[in-house]
Amino acid sequence: MSKNIKFLGLLLTLIIIFIILLKGLNVSKDYSNEKLKSKIDFSLNAKKLFSDEIINISDLFDKNSPSVVNIWASWCAPCREEHQFLMKLKDMNINIIGINYKDSPKNAKNFLSLLGNPYSEVITDNDGTKSIEFGAIGVPETFIISGKTNEIIKKYIGPLTSENLIEIKNLLKKNA
Amino acid sequence: MPKIIKLVFLLYFCFNFSYANEINTKVDQITKNLRCLICQGQSVYDSQSDFALSMKLVVKNKIDEGKEEEEIYDYLKNKYGEWIVYEPDLNQNTFLLWLIPLILFVFGGLLIIRKLSIK
Repeated sequence: MSKNIKFLGLLLTLIIIFIILLKGLNVSKDYSNEKLKSKIDFSLNAKKLFSDEIINISDLFDKNSPSVVNIWASWCAPCREEHQFLMKLKDMNINIIGINYKDSPKNAKNFLSLLGNPYSEVITDNDGTKSIEFGAIGVPETFIISGKTNEIIKKYIGPLTSENLIEIKNLLKKNA
Repeated sequence: MPKIIKLVFLLYFCFNFSYANEINTKVDQITKNLRCLICQGQSVYDSQSDFALSMKLVVKNKIDEGKEEEEIYDYLKNKYGEWIVYEPDLNQNTFLLWLIPLILFVFGGLLIIRKLSIK
């Protein structure tokens, strides 16, 4: 009799564990940092792509309104795809700062003269460390950053789409 | 006189070398506890991806700046979320993860003591 109870107890525990693990399979966890609103260290120095001049990145941001930061490279195919959307943002008089990620200056300049330059300023990131400051994991990535609080308002991992464009427009208007 | 100069140079290089080594082992130690976010299942230390190479450089720069290990983890958690470190903090979501092994250890110990004392 007690043997039976022990067996049933064991069976019940196993069933419970099985159910918990089975349920756990369906729990999807989002580990992306897309929603993380971290602050950017504005004391960072960087080299400009076109003039080789070293500047403080706080000079690039408008203190009163949010700016768009875009990480790109000439070797990155999705960057080429999203470029038309950046040009459209430029036409709306939006301050876009480019970070040229692990690229040769020559190729980067060619890319911009071919497809147009949507950036108010491009800084170079030869070793990828500046992109880490922005919490990026690759190219392309786009950020909307508040000039007032240095905070990331919105982050897009991967190429921009036409839907993102409308969203960016609205976010900039809201945070202006 | 040249002998003394040689000795000074030798000592200088020895010291320099050991200092560089010390930093490198510290970088290795920290990057082994960092998850490579674009090559999941690998640590930043193991990975040769662009992201991991830059991350190693950032860690090295932070050490050169005199930052402590914890400060570097906090910095990266702030940028990438807690998921970046392999060893999670003890908090509301993870207390079971930390406590269950401890509970099992105590429970098992009690079981063994009971078995032994019955005999």
